Amino acid sequence: MSKQRQDLLIYFSFYFVFYYYYYYLLCVFILLEKQRVRNAVLAIAAVVIVVGIPLWWKTTETYRAWLPYSEISELDSLQVTHIIMCGLLSRNTNPRTQKKVPLSHVNVKEHQIDAKTGLRYKYETRYRTATIMEEDALNQPTAAEADLSLHMLSENSCGSVVVYVIPESSALMPEDVKAYVGQRRTVLLRSPPFRSSWSLKEVLSNLDVEVEQVVSTMSFGHQDIVAALSNRVRMTKVTKESMADSMRAIKSSPGYEITFSLLNPDPKSHSLHWDIEGAVQSYIQPLLNKLAPIANFSVDSQILYYAVLGVNPRFDNSVSAYTLSADSLSHVINPVEARLGSNAASSNPVLNFLLYVPDAHHSPLYIRDHSKREVPSNAFHSPRWGGIMVYNVNEMYGPEAERPVDININMAKVMGVFLAQLRLMLGVQRTHPPTGFVLQSPGSAGLADWELDRLLWSRSVENIATASTTITSLAQLLDQIGNIVINDNVAQQVSSAVTSLQSAVAELEAGNLAFALHYSREAVLASERAFFDPSLLHLLYFPDDQKFAIYIPLFLPMCVPIVLSLLKTVSEAKQRLADKQAKSD
Amino acid sequence: MHCKSLWIKASAKSPAKDQFQEELVIRPLHSGDIYASFQFRTLWDTDFLQEGQKKVSHYRLFPKSLGQVLSKFSVQELHISFTQGFWRTMQWGQPFIPSPPGAELWVWFHHTVSDVDGNWKELTNVLSGIFCASLNFIDMTNTVQPSASFKPLGLGNATDHRFLRYATLPREIVCTENLTPWKKLLPCGSKAGLAVLMKSEKLFHSSFHSQAVHIRPICQDEQCTSKAWELRQTLNVVFDHYTSGQGKKEWSLFKMFSRTLTEACPLASSSKVYVDITDNPELSPATPLLSQAVVLGDRRTYSVYDLTRAETFGQLRSFNLLLRWKGDNMLRPLLHAERYVAGFGLQTGEIHTVIYNNHPYRAFPVLLMDSVPWYLQLYIHTLTVTSKSRDNKPSYIHYQPAKDRHRPHLLEMLIQLPPHSMTEVTVQFERALLKWTEYTPDPNHGFYVGSSVISALVPSMVAMSTNFTQDQPLFSSFVPVKEESSYFVRVYTEPLLVNLPTPDFSMPYNVICLTCTVVAVGYGSFYNLLTRTFQVDEPSPPLAKRLANFIRRIRGVPLLA
Repeated sequence: MSKQRQDLLIYFSFYFVFYYYYYYLLCVFILLEKQRVRNAVLAIAAVVIVVGIPLWWKTTETYRAWLPYSEISELDSLQVTHIIMCGLLSRNTNPRTQKKVPLSHVNVKEHQIDAKTGLRYKYETRYRTATIMEEDALNQPTAAEADLSLHMLSENSCGSVVVYVIPESSALMPEDVKAYVGQRRTVLLRSPPFRSSWSLKEVLSNLDVEVEQVVSTMSFGHQDIVAALSNRVRMTKVTKESMADSMRAIKSSPGYEITFSLLNPDPKSHSLHWDIEGAVQSYIQPLLNKLAPIANFSVDSQILYYAVLGVNPRFDNSVSAYTLSADSLSHVINPVEARLGSNAASSNPVLNFLLYVPDAHHSPLYIRDHSKREVPSNAFHSPRWGGIMVYNVNEMYGPEAERPVDININMAKVMGVFLAQLRLMLGVQRTHPPTGFVLQSPGSAGLADWELDRLLWSRSVENIATASTTITSLAQLLDQIGNIVINDNVAQQVSSAVTSLQSAVAELEAGNLAFALHYSREAVLASERAFFDPSLLHLLYFPDDQKFAIYIPLFLPMCVPIVLSLLKTVSEAKQRLADKQAKSD
Repeated sequence: MHCKSLWIKASAKSPAKDQFQEELVIRPLHSGDIYASFQFRTLWDTDFLQEGQKKVSHYRLFPKSLGQVLSKFSVQELHISFTQGFWRTMQWGQPFIPSPPGAELWVWFHHTVSDVDGNWKELTNVLSGIFCASLNFIDMTNTVQPSASFKPLGLGNATDHRFLRYATLPREIVCTENLTPWKKLLPCGSKAGLAVLMKSEKLFHSSFHSQAVHIRPICQDEQCTSKAWELRQTLNVVFDHYTSGQGKKEWSLFKMFSRTLTEACPLASSSKVYVDITDNPELSPATPLLSQAVVLGDRRTYSVYDLTRAETFGQLRSFNLLLRWKGDNMLRPLLHAERYVAGFGLQTGEIHTVIYNNHPYRAFPVLLMDSVPWYLQLYIHTLTVTSKSRDNKPSYIHYQPAKDRHRPHLLEMLIQLPPHSMTEVTVQFERALLKWTEYTPDPNHGFYVGSSVISALVPSMVAMSTNFTQDQPLFSSFVPVKEESSYFVRVYTEPLLVNLPTPDFSMPYNVICLTCTVVAVGYGSFYNLLTRTFQVDEPSPPLAKRLANFIRRIRGVPLLA
């Protein structure tokens, strides 16, 4: 054997050994490789699911600040307590009872208006005897003077009523008058006939009937409250009149603009002068000063020339005058309104009062009601908008007068009408006193203190209703639409509205009307600010199909291999399981 | 003291005095066009800036909406104009009240205002509601505070330009919806008086249309003891009847406005029509009333028709003017200016402003004001001013550089114009790249740069009258003349239209797709690397061998290995 051959043999044997070894290694390696691939697939799937999806979710999430949902849902059911304090001052009619006074009792009535809104009236009556000073005050010759001097003695708190019981034989009031309701918060009540044998309890229970009548006159009835809650509660069991009242009254707002406009369609024949500044000072301003706790009012006026009504009045031969029928009144306002202009400087609701002086060729002009009779005031009003008065001037000058005729408008007549309309718009409800009750005229302010209390109360309740409805519907909306961004500002407004609402309800329960109104107004403002925040609209419309269009180029190529290899791994694992079972069998 | 209290009492009792005047000036232009200028002035002896009980709230002739705006925002002076078309100074001469194309608003606030920017923002929004215009697009990026160019025209020597705001919207398109609210501010509306002529289909079928509102406090009398507020509403139109009327130089009121006048506004204390008859045109009906006025350094003669007098309307009770003229001599305006963009490409450019002084022997200074949006980045070191091919150094330069997305450039210069010369101001700029949401809906149209404003006291050829008499017609009394030898002129140049580099706006989706594809490809190969096994494959035999084997198989010959 040559050396060469030997080498070759060794080489071959080595080759074979190596070859088999390599083959063996390869087999092992392939098995290991399969294992590695499986692990890689599972690891990538795990990374995608554990890291990728949460990361994507987190980075594309809309920011939604925390809202006090639980407190909002509590607001959904509203329980309002109305508290009426009744200080009853009896004059010393019966020496036996004198020692046992004072005492007090509380009378609570509950009303459930609907499933979510309830009212609780709490009448708290306190009895005491009149002080000597009050006795002196009651010795005035007339009831009006007594009322004034009682007012000088002590200021009664908002929302309370003081009833002075005067002897049956008192000459303070005429014989047939049972009770005298003053300008402030006092009532003089003629005591019902007592028998000296009656115990205090009997006397008081006898009085209670009368007092309840007084209270129901001076504080508002159940219907009025339901009307004030009309934002929240479906109107079903409300009388037609209080519904009309509530619809006529302009909605509660932190401020109102009152605009008086003089419409002069014919400046060629009439040169009109109105002392609006003086008239506002003497007629409107006292009422507005009185109403200052309820809202801010600003008054302005303008004269519009060549402004015409929207309908042509019809000439009636029988009275030789032009007439506007009640049916056509609804068309009067629209063309005028284009000229009125809105207030550029504020966004408060506007109350318009128009004084229309018909042109020379269309006068006199009279408004007729549904039964074809002339309206004595020659005026009408449009709910929540304002009033229009027609002022005829044709009798103030002869046919040969030189044009234009200078005409001074009688502001007392005009303002009388506008003031009455303004009271209606502001929601000063009409009172229907029972027989035997006399209401003192409210004087120059045009509003008695107890009427103001009533207004404060109904405005607070209305504000609370409005704010709670706004907040609940906002919360509902935000809950339903997940795309809306809730930024911190909105969240802060919502929570401040909720806290203000809670304090308003609490103050109302405590009987602090002024504070209740203040908080309720804040609640309304905050809730509106939150509801109309422009940031809520930014991402409102981002439909799902667009999201798909954006994500598919990324997600499709990434997910298909993962899913396919996962499926393959699963089927292999199943195969192996089946193999193992077959082997063990 | 006693006297003053008496006066207050008297004023408290009787309502504040107000009056209304209306006026129409018609001037035939030498180009054959006709220039009609309406002016309505409401004067009210009151003060809107009073607070508390004395706050003004009872309006008679003055429009309530504007009065409320004045008192709410403590506005000292307000000037707003809406213009469609460009005033051609070289062909038409100087207008009575100049205005730049688009909308212009400048306001002096009272010095008690603490938050001027807030008031300005709110004011522009309110005015945009009142005039149905897009003034709400005025924001900090197009508002400037010129230091010298816009002085108050009324009372009050406000010199602190912190209380001044000036903005233009050169793109604003003016149409009927702006005219209607403007007409509503007049006491007679468009029902009586000169405003009857304002029929929008005629007014907007013209070469130039400009309507404006100017509010300012002025003196009640010559002694200037108390303030009165003046509201001037002006409307200027240039009708092109020469080309449309077969080259005849004639017009009538009816031809221009398709209406005739039948009455003056009954509320107007004066209602007059002035016709410029300096070039001796034929006029019918003729009027014996003539008036001479020196306006803008030029003595003109006017025929005056007083509409408050019944005889003006004649037998037909309708007033229609007819005029034929040949005249073609026009005083060349002493000052005029033009502006253009030079350069090529979308990266840099150069703004050229050329100012002409046509006065044969007098040099005078002018104030040039330029407000350039931030996206044109001015290279202020390239600013050159040359007149008669020599460097002309401005004696005053006020430059406020822009801040991106916050503030525009403001450049104000006082330049002395040599007599009978052309002065060229050039400055280079670079165009910025905007963010894709900052482009307008039609970015390829280009971006507007507002007109430059040139304000000057131009030496007058004739003596100007400086006395404040009542009889001055409205058109000559807008800008108070302080000295006899010169008059104030403001010239607006053309607005510029500049193209900015504009991207493809389907870009965001393309970018999304492209990045996603890149990511997906990278991810795919990475994934393959991780999850595939790689084996060495037996190399397949070369093509020639396979072919040979195929033939061999057919022939039945053993195959090649």
